[in-house]
Order: sequence, then C-alpha cells, then structure tokens
Amino acid sequence: MKKSFLLLLLGVMGCLSVAAQSRGGLRINEVMVDNTGSIVDDYGEKGAWVELFNSTFAPLEISSVYITTVKFDNPDSIDKALMYAVPLGDVNTKIPKRQHVIFWADSLPTRGTFHTNFVLTPGRDNYIAIYDADGRTLIDEIVVPADLAAGSSYARKIDGEGGTNDPEAWEVRDGSEGKYITPSSNNIIKDTNKKVDTFHERDKRGFALTIMAMCIVFTALLVLCLCFMLISKIGEKITRANKMKSQGLAPKEVARDARPDHDSGEEIAAIVMALHEHLDAHDTEQTILTINKVKKSYSPWNSKIYSMRELPKR
Amino acid sequence: METFSDFLTGNLTEFWHLTGFYNATWQHFVMLAVGLFFIYLAIKKNFEPMLLVPIGFGILIGNVPFNTTAGLEIGIYEEGSVLNILYNGVSAGWYPPLIFLGIGAMTDFSSLIANPKLMLIGAAAQFGIFGAYMVACALGFMPDQAGAIAIIGGADGPTAIFLSSKLAPNLMGAIAVSAYSYMALVPVIQPPIMKLLTTRKERLIKMKPARAVSQNEKIIFPIVGMLLTCFVVPSGLPLLGMLFFGNLLRECGVTTRLAKTASNALTDIVTILLGMTVGASTQATSFLTKETIFIFCLGFMAFIIASASGVCFVKLFNLVLPKSKKINPLIGNAGVSAVPMSARISNNLGLQYDPSNYLLMHAMGPNVAGVIGSAVAAGVLLGFLA
Repeated sequence: MKKSFLLLLLGVMGCLSVAAQSRGGLRINEVMVDNTGSIVDDYGEKGAWVELFNSTFAPLEISSVYITTVKFDNPDSIDKALMYAVPLGDVNTKIPKRQHVIFWADSLPTRGTFHTNFVLTPGRDNYIAIYDADGRTLIDEIVVPADLAAGSSYARKIDGEGGTNDPEAWEVRDGSEGKYITPSSNNIIKDTNKKVDTFHERDKRGFALTIMAMCIVFTALLVLCLCFMLISKIGEKITRANKMKSQGLAPKEVARDARPDHDSGEEIAAIVMALHEHLDAHDTEQTILTINKVKKSYSPWNSKIYSMRELPKR
Repeated sequence: METFSDFLTGNLTEFWHLTGFYNATWQHFVMLAVGLFFIYLAIKKNFEPMLLVPIGFGILIGNVPFNTTAGLEIGIYEEGSVLNILYNGVSAGWYPPLIFLGIGAMTDFSSLIANPKLMLIGAAAQFGIFGAYMVACALGFMPDQAGAIAIIGGADGPTAIFLSSKLAPNLMGAIAVSAYSYMALVPVIQPPIMKLLTTRKERLIKMKPARAVSQNEKIIFPIVGMLLTCFVVPSGLPLLGMLFFGNLLRECGVTTRLAKTASNALTDIVTILLGMTVGASTQATSFLTKETIFIFCLGFMAFIIASASGVCFVKLFNLVLPKSKKINPLIGNAGVSAVPMSARISNNLGLQYDPSNYLLMHAMGPNVAGVIGSAVAAGVLLGFLA
C-alpha cells in the first residue's frame, strides 16, 4: 500500500514537472506600430507587427498562447474574449530554438494564424502582453511608447534579454546604421563567436585559458578526492567496527592503535583462495571428454535444407 | 545501327565517368594506403584492433572515388545518404556519450575510491591538453580550433570527437583519427618518456595494496562523482553524466542486465558505427591538408606532455608524502584516459624492474581519473569557447 502511494506521488510529481515546462522562455522581441517601410504580410499589406522570440535552446510550441493589448489589473479580471489565442493545428507555431515569428496586428484573424484580432494605434502608448495557455499566467509584457516615429520599431537591444516590461532592455530602431529594423531575424546580427574572438584578442598565447582550465580541472577532481577521502575514512571505520564485532570486541574496549586494520583486496583474495583449497570446491566443468562421435552443431543459416524453397501446396 | 552504337557508347561513357577509376586522384590513393596501413596495424601488429579495423575500413569506404556531382546520395557528407545518417551520431555528438555509458559500465573505480589522492594525477595529466592548446594558439589556430585539437592530449577518442564536433567540425576527421592513432600507439609512445623521467630507485617503489572497497562506497561514487563534477563543469554533463550513470548500473547490483548491455552490445554497436563513420569522414579532399599535418604533430606533442606531466606530478607529490605512502611514478603516465592501455604499460614497466611489483591496480586509479579529468577538461573548453 505504502509502495503504491509512493509511486502515485512520484507520478503526480512527474506530471507537475511536465506542466512546469511552460512557455516562460517566450519573449516579445520587436514591435512596429506604424509600418511605413517595405515590410509586407502575405497579402502584400503593410500592417503593424509584433515579433515573438523563443529565447530557449529548445523548440517552443506557442499554440494556445494568448496575445493581447489589454492590460488586466489582476488575473481574476482577465477576459479571454479580449485576447488573441494562437490557433492550434498550425505547424508554424512551433518556434525552433532561438528563432522568431511575426504576428500582424491588423484585426483580421480570418487571414490566418499570424493575423491577430487587435490593432496597434500610432500616437499613443501600446501595451502588449502574452499569456500562457491557461490565460492567467503572464509570460511577457511591454509598453511601446507613444512617441515611436512612423517606420521605426521598438526592439530589445539583445534578442530575448532583459526582464518583462523592462524599458532599459529596449531601444528605438529607425533603420539607420546599427539601428536596423529586423523583423523575423536577430536584433543583433552575430557573424562571429564573441567568446572565441575575445580569447583570440586578449589571450593570444592561450596562457590565461590554460591557467583557468587547469585550476577548474584540479578543483573538480580535488573536491571529488576530498569527498572520497572522507567517505573512505567513514568506510574504513565501519569496516573496522564490523571486524571487531565479528571478533567479539567492543570498539570502546580496544585502544585506537590496537584496533584491527582493514583488509586489503589481496588479503581477501588470499582468504578466498584458502577457502577454495580447503573446501576442495570445483566449478561445474563445461568440457566433457568422450570417445563418442560428437554431433556438430549447425545453424539454419548454414544448412542446405533451409536454403531450398519448398513448393507451395495446392 | 549507327544511332544504336552511339547510344551504347554514350551510356558506357557516362557509366565510365561514374566509376572510381575515372574520378580517382592521387590523394584518394594516399588515403586508401592510410586505411590499409591502419588495418595492417590492427591485424598484424594487434594495435587496438577494435578501433583501427573499423576506422581503417571506414577510410577505405570514405575514399572510394565517385562523381560527387551525380547526386547519387552515397557520400558521407551528402544529406540523406545512409552513411550520412550513420554519421549523424558523430556530427551531432551522440555516439561519444553512449561510448561513455559503456565505459562507465565496464570500469571498476575501486582503486580510485580506495586511494582518492590518485585522482590528482588524472588532473595533472590534463596539462597535455592545455600545453598543446598554447602551442596551437602560437601556430595561428583560432582558440576554438586550438581547443578541439588540444583535446587529443586527453587520449580519449570519444571526448575528442565530442568536443571537435562542437568546436571545429571541419577538423573533426583529422582530430578523431589522430586521437585514435595515438591511443593505439600508447605502448610505443609512453615507455621512453617514463624511463626518461624516472630513476631506477623510483621505479622500484612498492605501493601499499589498496584496501577493499565496500559496495556502498561503489554505489555512492557515481552519484556523488556526477553531482560534484557536473556542478563544477555543467558543460561536461553529456560525457560525465553518462559515464557515472553507466557505473551506477554496474555497481548498484540490481541492473545487471542493463549494465551488461551497456558494456557489451551497446558499446560494440556504437564502436562499430563510430569507428567506421569517423574513418569514412576522412575524405582525401578535406583530409590531406597542411592543417592535418599540424593536427597530427600537435596531437603527438599533447600526448607526450600529458604523459610527462603525469609522471612529473607524481614525483612532485612524493616530496610531500610520507615514506610509507610514496607513489611509484611509473603510474603517472596512466593519468591520460587511454583505459586500460596506459595502466597496463605502467604495470609492464614496473614488472621489468621488479618482477614482484604489480602496479596494475594502482595505475587503474589515475587511469580512470584521467577519463573523468579529460571529460571535465572538455567541458571547460566547451564552456569557454562554444
């Protein structure tokens, strides 16, 4: 009964942990309110857009996620009718790791999965939020400032970085040098590995990395070593105590120096060998010496009989 | 009739253009010779046959010339080809952790648990990796490439493949072949270094037999080992996690079937696929380059530094150890993770000088610590450079 209860508990915990893998890594990444540029939707129309970014390193399914422009004061006041639920059944709603999708804020949801039921209004603050599939858990939110110029976007400085509603992590992008508008692509275009470049510039001879790495390797193994020295001490103590117990001695009665030492592997092997000799124990012999004709074993793979096809019976 | 003969000639010419004879270059024949040499070493000289036969034959497979523009989908780098599907385990890096699972299930860590200070020899030998890293940087390799090449010094084929697939996929073939070649040549490379760095007196040091380790300790080791090392270096998780998991399967006593599968059938299957595809990835056009020569030279140097630093570390360590607990420096070379070859070499060399001095079980300690150490070092390089 106890065992079943434990298993049930583990099962429930497992389910909870699965549920816990929510879409918390989804981020609002870039927004354009007044689209006067050359970016058009699949109908050839220029609308406001909201770019979402999967900041995790695993694919993220965003169907059933809610996108809204209505700010709810508390979870109880949430009205799902005022939110756009990303439809089920579209393969494109699965965002690959560290990738983006664009939603068109044109209030034309009949045009497809990526056309929302709300619009963004130029000239005033636009609040945008995304909620998880339960419609209550806020994933990310941002207020796009009213003074955002036409043709400019409001974007995270680094893709997916910064907390929710954190204006410090955002900037206005007008398409000028270094302030590119980047729908459906990274806000920062990386053409090299920054870490590698830094090491190449600042540690040309590899000396710093060697020192750091050797320290880490030594630390890892030293920690393990110390830990097992401790465990081995405890192990030795237990072995000695058991040995004394088997000899009918109480640990407190015997002086520390007089206590029996632990057995080495060699000693144990010698004892086992001695017992083996003493008991004249034999393994079960596999080989049989015989003068009888030995039938060779064969397998269907080398038998001629099996390689012939039987005629079908009528 | 004339048209028919034209038709025949045209088709036969087209077929001729698809054959290996038409597409062969001298580089192909060089690589085929390398493959045959590996097979020769494995069969005739018995140098790591389990590794060199698959790799050698893989080199033959990978270097049969064919028309790469014909779209036959047979080359290892052509998406959708059978070889490409098998190669995915190398390029995506999931064969090495499976091999580590098998290594964990095969390895008895008792000698290390009985004498934990031997772990430090495994750490010291990793200097081979970082020494080679510095030389590679000086030769003009980028840090990520240098890291991938330097890992050869860990003497651990799966780790080398795992790291190079992440840091420098273009160099992976050369790195893998180099790592496995030097692993096979451990009996040739290490003894002269060990003799050079030790005195006769040191070689005769007899170490106290290791104590017997209880099953509880053996069970605690993989759990604590995984948690501690991975908390320090999480990027080593795929290798260390699988290594310790395999060891727990072996030691816990209730998963004998799983441990047997991991250490026998699974390891054999993955070794076959890994060796063959690594060999096949060494195609003449990308393999016979100046970089490959550098990689082989650097790998050789890394191996020497690793072996030497293990031996020197033991000598240094002996300065602070009491006389009764001195370590025989001949086990220092075993700090590289070529299990169990380098431990066997320590033992053989020890027996040469004193026929009653069996060092095998003592050398197994640093040897398995080397496996952990090289996985940690790979994790560190991955963390810094990926």
